[in-house]
Amino acid sequence: MAIVVKRPKLSFWEKLYLPGIIKGLGITLRHFFLSLTGKTKVSMQYPEEKWDSHLPEYYRGAPALVTDEQGRERCVACQLCEFICPPRAITIHPEEIPSEDKWAKVEKRPQEFEIDMIRCIYCGLCEEVCPEQAIFLRKEYAFTGLKREDMVHNKKRLYEIGGVREGLVNKWNELK
Amino acid sequence: MPPAATDEKKPTAETPAVPMVNVQIDGQWYQFPKGTRMIEACRQVGKDVPHYCYHPKLTSPGNCRMCLVEMGMPPRLAPGQEPEKDGEGHQPIQWIPRPAIACANTVAENMGIRTDSELTRGCRHGVMELLLINHPLDCPICDQAGECRLQEFSVEHGTGGSRFREQKVKKPKNVDIGPRIRLDDERCIMCSRCVRFTDEIADDPVLGFTERGSHTVLAVHPGHELANNYSLNTVDICPVGALTSNDFRFQMRVWFLKETKSICTDCGRGCNTLIGSREGRVYRQTPRENNDVNSAWMCDHGRLNFHYLDSELRLSAPLVKDEGVHKESTWPKAIQRAATALKAHGGSEIAVVVSSRMTNEELFMAKRLIDTLGAEHVATVPRAGEPDAYLIAADKNPNTQGARLILGLEGDLAAGLDSVRRGVADGRIKAVVTLQEDLLTPEAGFDAQTLDGLEALVVLHLLANPTAQMASVVLPGAGFAEKRGSMINVTGRLQRLNKATEPFGQSLDDWEILRDLIQAIGGGNGIYLIEDVFKQLAAGVEEFEGLTLSKIGDLGVPLIETGETVPLLERERERIAKGQIVG
Ligand code: SF4
Ligand code: SF4
Ligand code: SF4
Ligand code: SF4
Ligand code: FES
Repeated sequence: MAIVVKRPKLSFWEKLYLPGIIKGLGITLRHFFLSLTGKTKVSMQYPEEKWDSHLPEYYRGAPALVTDEQGRERCVACQLCEFICPPRAITIHPEEIPSEDKWAKVEKRPQEFEIDMIRCIYCGLCEEVCPEQAIFLRKEYAFTGLKREDMVHNKKRLYEIGGVREGLVNKWNELK
Repeated sequence: MPPAATDEKKPTAETPAVPMVNVQIDGQWYQFPKGTRMIEACRQVGKDVPHYCYHPKLTSPGNCRMCLVEMGMPPRLAPGQEPEKDGEGHQPIQWIPRPAIACANTVAENMGIRTDSELTRGCRHGVMELLLINHPLDCPICDQAGECRLQEFSVEHGTGGSRFREQKVKKPKNVDIGPRIRLDDERCIMCSRCVRFTDEIADDPVLGFTERGSHTVLAVHPGHELANNYSLNTVDICPVGALTSNDFRFQMRVWFLKETKSICTDCGRGCNTLIGSREGRVYRQTPRENNDVNSAWMCDHGRLNFHYLDSELRLSAPLVKDEGVHKESTWPKAIQRAATALKAHGGSEIAVVVSSRMTNEELFMAKRLIDTLGAEHVATVPRAGEPDAYLIAADKNPNTQGARLILGLEGDLAAGLDSVRRGVADGRIKAVVTLQEDLLTPEAGFDAQTLDGLEALVVLHLLANPTAQMASVVLPGAGFAEKRGSMINVTGRLQRLNKATEPFGQSLDDWEILRDLIQAIGGGNGIYLIEDVFKQLAAGVEEFEGLTLSKIGDLGVPLIETGETVPLLERERERIAKGQIVG
């Protein structure tokens, strides 16, 4: 008895696309004239000038995995982010947590977790869908590499970027 | 609306026509045979009633209460009172304020059922709320997520929030109850499907409930474990993630799996299956209902026998032997080598050992090869085993019937193999082609020394094995999940395999390899699709006349009469006749 989710129907104007394009062009044109007349300044001399220190908390940089205040990896390899990711940037290989591990009661964790940063479009859907609050878009955004493989972040790298996140929901930490 | 009677089994000589009763479902009148369960009546007219404990193949204890619906009956008449009827001859319905379970009650004349009334909806809300009170928030780590009835019905019939502010009851988690199954008691909703399956179908009643009230837990009897060869079926019928398979546990989320309808090739029964695969890898097999073959079940052995498909032993490229060492080669070169080696021998010096694990189409191509070579020695490797009282057949080859029909083998298959063995031993046979058979197994019974004396040994197989080690040419073939084709099971039913994944590495579908080999030996044959092979098979072998691969359908067609019966199905029919189960 699968549940069928219907796609929303586009209205006539939405189907036409043109109104959206004209609206977008309008915004660009406005900025163009505003900067011509010196009312706004939008150009930044990157990389000499950077805006890193002004990045807001909600900035959507690279997605990364985080641990909780007790050093537990929050991700349980539910693979929802792998499912939701529009460009299929995420690959997860789940595994069972061995019984001698301190967090054996969580049962499941990623054995490997890869995000292909060539594919990632920084949409933030992975962060939104994660039921364990394990994946966040952090402030790093400039990644370079000489090979395609260099651009794939593995689990180790993801935890380095992600670091520790405190004060989140901790359903696994209460004594059981 | 479909006429209600069409879905029902047609009355046969033993089952006299059942009287029909008029039933009103959600305001519309239908007719059903007397004795139909309310839940089945609703299902037949497209009104699915949510349920947990009800399973058509098991008895109905009516314990989960999810299927509660509002029900009504005609008014009771005073003595001598004439029933009041509307224009269509139906009496008015008096709705009963107390809901009734749809799974265990049968329809009656002039009954009314409301599957979407306020009372029915309220019952579903209530049942869902109570079921979820102590349920853990395990979905992210629960293998059932994505095919969980509790999840589905929470969305459809749940209240969306919890009013429960107490501590949830803690129960045992990750409990080892058998070699292939893990139990999570917190997730169990006490539907007792698993208990009934082990008792009624598998005759191994090791499961039961202990403790009381909200502390009730499912447990395995002390000193026993759930280890019977049908245990994994409990994982399939468990509506939640309380029972999970150790083999599939945490391997892949179910929503990624592509499901391909196929059949199990572990024995001659040919249980209908769904192969769950993702990106070229098979993750699990589950039984698919076919009431002429396997009911809704399959054995654990067959279900788990697919890991060889991506094992280290899988051959990934054609090999040719030069100066005693195998080297990777290309397909045209390897085929050419095999053809040259075989052409050097006359038909009386060539033996072809064909596997009864091949599909009919492959067997047909093998027959072509035999004819092209003029090979005079043809044998298959029979595999006799122990049948059980459920599904497992004595014949461990999935397509012995097909091999007999297509290769024209008659009489004792073991004797045929024996004569090839003797021919190889005394040097009369100088070249051997073996198709999907390792000749150095106890079943085949060849020995390495005599094979060493051969001038040409061509092996088509999917795994590296001792015979392939000795072969001059090794052609890597496909596994059962990698091909489309047909097989005939022990009861003579023609069934279809479908392709779930692509053949491993450079290996090819067996029929393509055989086609190329035949072409290299004897010239063109105009076969480009598996459908073409079947077409020629249908033209060449009388029993297949008029059939095509697509006409076989998902459930197969009876092809020949073998007189075999399926013990499990016999018992199921008895239970249906007694009215114990719906079937
Ligand atoms: S940010 Fe978007 S594209 Fe990038 S990994 Fe997450 S879901 Fe995928
Ligand atoms: S959604 Fe969250 S918990 Fe699930 S796999 Fe992704 S990061 Fe891990
Ligand atoms: S049984 Fe269903 S509802 Fe319960 S944790 Fe598993 S997936 Fe979630
Ligand atoms: S383990 Fe599953 S099948 Fe068995 S009683 Fe619990 S919920 Fe039902
Ligand atoms: S399905 Fe009817 S009571 Fe469970």
